[in-house]
Amino acid sequence: MTEPDGRDDPGEAAHPEAGRAATGRGTRNGRPVPLYVVTGGRSGTPGRRDPLVLDLVTLVVTRTSPVPPGMPPEAAALLRACRYPLSAAEISAHLALPFGVLTVLLADLEADGHVELRQTRDAERDAADTDIETLKALIDGLQRL
Amino acid sequence: MVCNDSEHPAPPGPRVEDRLPESAERSLKIVVVGGFGAGKTTLVGSVSEIRPLTTEETMTRDSVGVDDLAGVGDKTETTVAMDFGRITIDRRLVLYLFGTPGQQRFWFLWNGILEGALGAVVLADSRRLADCFPSMDRLEEDGIPFVVAVNVFPDSPTHPPDELRAALDLPDHVPLVACDARLRASGRDVLLTLLRHLYDSATTAVSAPDPSEAP
Repeated sequence: MTEPDGRDDPGEAAHPEAGRAATGRGTRNGRPVPLYVVTGGRSGTPGRRDPLVLDLVTLVVTRTSPVPPGMPPEAAALLRACRYPLSAAEISAHLALPFGVLTVLLADLEADGHVELRQTRDAERDAADTDIETLKALIDGLQRL
Repeated sequence: MVCNDSEHPAPPGPRVEDRLPESAERSLKIVVVGGFGAGKTTLVGSVSEIRPLTTEETMTRDSVGVDDLAGVGDKTETTVAMDFGRITIDRRLVLYLFGTPGQQRFWFLWNGILEGALGAVVLADSRRLADCFPSMDRLEEDGIPFVVAVNVFPDSPTHPPDELRAALDLPDHVPLVACDARLRASGRDVLLTLLRHLYDSATTAVSAPDPSEAP
């Protein structure tokens, strides 16, 4: 869980990855905020029983309005940007956050009920699964362009 | 300036006219691959309804899985960039197109680029056909269906399709088309070629059951 001030949750510091990621970035070498602050020092979503696999095209919609007070700036910016559905790739581009950092942020926001994720990547959403109706709709849609 | 949030006059995010419908629920992606300078970013830009955006991923040595570079430190980082564009198909469906700019060795190691992709467009420059071989090899390894689009540059030599096919060592079932990546209609036709190829494969698989089970 990310603390409202964006600093490491002491509970997470015990995770071996947390310490390594933090020392790897070290000081604020020109970055306004080191990225490990955004992720609370984590490089994944440890402890999650069912790992959330976000795809670049997973659509994110904010389910909290207005933005709760005390949100870290990146999370607040994300909640504002996603009032309408927005793909994870677009969020990453608009907020200038590397995709891996965004993944951690989104996992927290989803766990707290602040965002709805439409279509995460899992076995059921494999390419082989793409149904014929969807392909037909894509072809029809492109022909209208 | 259209903005109702007086506290944050210009929050980062899409322009009002670039918003997806609230009902958008299913997103799909197509990957554009090929050699340096083949026109991948141009193709993404010409068909996209939004100004193309760039997302980045920083991969550490652990996730990359390449050989350790002795003496560099305990961790090697590689940043891979992806340019992408978007086409809203209908109220529900959105199609995204991803293309890595330039020739980046590690693009396919970005976990999630190829996984779940509908398919890929291999963009080839007919003056340097061999440049797209590594991409084609990668797609074949991963079982990602693809079509090959030869981007026709003004000074491109004109090759008959069968010569191109032979030069690319392309199996008969893989569609091959010529295109001008700068033109929206041409880029759209490349995507349609891929989607029709996927559609044909899907409907053939469904309508051709095992003969042994036929009555």
